[in-house]
Amino acid sequence: MLTPNSQAKQLILLSGKGGTGKTSLSAAFAHLSQKSGHPIPAIFVDADVDAANLGLVLQPDGAQQHEFWGGSIAEIDPENCIGCGRCEEVCRYDAALPTDEKHTLYEIDPLACDGCAACVYACPQDAINMTRQQEGLWFHSHAKYGDIFHAELFPGKENSGKLVTTIKQQARLAAEDNAIPLLIIDGPPGIGCPVISASAGADLALIVTEPSKAGIHDLKRIFETLRHFRIPALICINKADIYPQGVQEILRYADEQQSEVIAEIPFDASITHAMVQGQPVTVYAPHSPASRVIHDLWSTVVQRLNQTED
Amino acid sequence: MILLISAQQPESQSPINKRFGRTEWLMKYDSETAQWQSLANPGSQRSGGAGVAAAQFVIDQKADVVISGAFGPNAAGAFRAANITMSLFSKEVKTVQQAAEYFLQDKLEIFE
Amino acid sequence: MRIAVASGKGGTGKTTVATSLALSLANEQNIRFLDCDVEAPNAHLFLNPSFTKRQDAAILIPEIDAEQCTLCGKCVEVCQFHALAKVGKSILTFAQLCHGCGSCTWNCPVNAIQEIPNPIGKLESGLTPESIQFSRGVLTISEPMSTPIIRQLKRWEQPQPEQLTILDSPPGASCAVVETLRGADFALLVTEPTPFGLHDLNQIIGIVQEFNIPAGVVVNRDGIGNDVINAFHDKHNIPVLLRIPFSLEIAAGLSAGTSLIEIKPDLRQEFLHMFTQITRIVKTTEEGEK
Repeated sequence: MLTPNSQAKQLILLSGKGGTGKTSLSAAFAHLSQKSGHPIPAIFVDADVDAANLGLVLQPDGAQQHEFWGGSIAEIDPENCIGCGRCEEVCRYDAALPTDEKHTLYEIDPLACDGCAACVYACPQDAINMTRQQEGLWFHSHAKYGDIFHAELFPGKENSGKLVTTIKQQARLAAEDNAIPLLIIDGPPGIGCPVISASAGADLALIVTEPSKAGIHDLKRIFETLRHFRIPALICINKADIYPQGVQEILRYADEQQSEVIAEIPFDASITHAMVQGQPVTVYAPHSPASRVIHDLWSTVVQRLNQTED
Repeated sequence: MILLISAQQPESQSPINKRFGRTEWLMKYDSETAQWQSLANPGSQRSGGAGVAAAQFVIDQKADVVISGAFGPNAAGAFRAANITMSLFSKEVKTVQQAAEYFLQDKLEIFE
Repeated sequence: MRIAVASGKGGTGKTTVATSLALSLANEQNIRFLDCDVEAPNAHLFLNPSFTKRQDAAILIPEIDAEQCTLCGKCVEVCQFHALAKVGKSILTFAQLCHGCGSCTWNCPVNAIQEIPNPIGKLESGLTPESIQFSRGVLTISEPMSTPIIRQLKRWEQPQPEQLTILDSPPGASCAVVETLRGADFALLVTEPTPFGLHDLNQIIGIVQEFNIPAGVVVNRDGIGNDVINAFHDKHNIPVLLRIPFSLEIAAGLSAGTSLIEIKPDLRQEFLHMFTQITRIVKTTEEGEK
């Protein structure tokens, strides 16, 4: 049950394909979780650290900022490098390259380096060292509807999975300290590392899809991923009236998979307008067609969360 | 019996740390001598594979039992292969010392 | 020439733009199309290739010969990813943590390690009806690492001379996007005129600038939000090369798997014009470097 006595339940929004409306829906859920007749204290996590947008709508302030240190990358000391090229031979990432045509010196391309340290062990001169990298920042801030944990991965860095794990752990600990029963996690697109990290330990996933060929293709991939990790998944269709044949296909798929489509949100320009205004759609246009469906969707989600095992 | 327990600080009265792979400290307790020893987790700051790194460290300490809040699949695999018992904190456990006591009184859940 | 189509934010229309560019040019150019969004590949839905070639995408993981292994632990020590652990009288391998770097194999003092392929996905290629040479990578469900598949996809088939390569990037701004953009001559950045689109465009610009590759912007669904993109243009001096208007007709057509230039044939001219501009920018950049 969503009571302060038990461990916080984790609800994650995913989609496979990007841009289906995860963040707009997460923001609306943040609002509705505090608004309805029985407000449920919640903590919000923006787990899309490559493209963190939840904060643009929830507009948090008073952020505590923390450095995120990821892996190490190799650095060659030019004083000790004799240009033998052993580093280039062992590097499978094309990161160790001669600095000139005569191959007198080698250097590491930091964008290509995977941090495996093969070159460190191969270098006969001990001229290569591993240097830790700050790969981003993470924040614990306060928004109108509750605390939000979000992060910013510096462009081009690795380890977005680890950064996701970090903010989720922090959010879980904060939930525990303050007896908050619910985490709402705005997930990343795709099905790989960041998605797996973001979904770990989730009690319920809500897949936000759209009735397009591409949306359905990726819905199937995220659905199978969640099944592999034994996370129960429900489906909601956004922009449902754009392509009715697609809706039929999703309904059939949900049926085959013994899942369920719990909402069909119509295409509604107020969702984009709300984003531009930096507000959840349920605040900006409470009576718009989309907001009405999202209200009911939230009630269903709460009911289903209550049915998940403690 | 050697117990390793994830801890926030290097002392037996430390609050427990529910994270295993990235715990800052591991407190080692020898139930035969009743001695405590504090060990910094060398894997706490590593990228990727922190769970395996911490598990390797615990295994190298010749532990019989490891107690934490949760174990990831990789760390759990390593402990099973090493025949080390994994146990989970219960709600009542606040400090590392309590965790050791509760475990020795069979009051903690075993993680299979 | 290699053009990478990227965006930061997901769902802005990378695949729409990349496939339409390919289709617009298919009559006059020899085109190679790489779908690098291996977690959620969609370009085949619009280009309809017939796949004739398949191959596993694999990471080389260590296999330890227990007879020869002396349990010295060197492999565990050198592995930066903790994919190996020494447990009792054996070395355990954690395939999903392994990056396939080979370090353990080379550092084993008794040569007890050999590398075996561990499939994490597949590569597929074939021709489309327009003779576009299409290939894609597909990450296997539950596997975490997409970047090695992108790396293998790019090396799988060598481009022919004078071939134009179009790369459809994954969303985001992390290592998988870096791998896609590496070696590109031009980055075509697709965004939508909203605060989300602008925020994420700024993220990807960080990568493009580090690589020092010329870039241009496509504004998709023009008219749905606010005009934040002009501010972006003023700040970074990156040209807006194309604006695709928002319309429900386009949205419905794309949903059905119809390509943008089939829905709006008059946009073909605009794509061709954009390509001319890209060619000019790439040429100017190359001359500037010389």
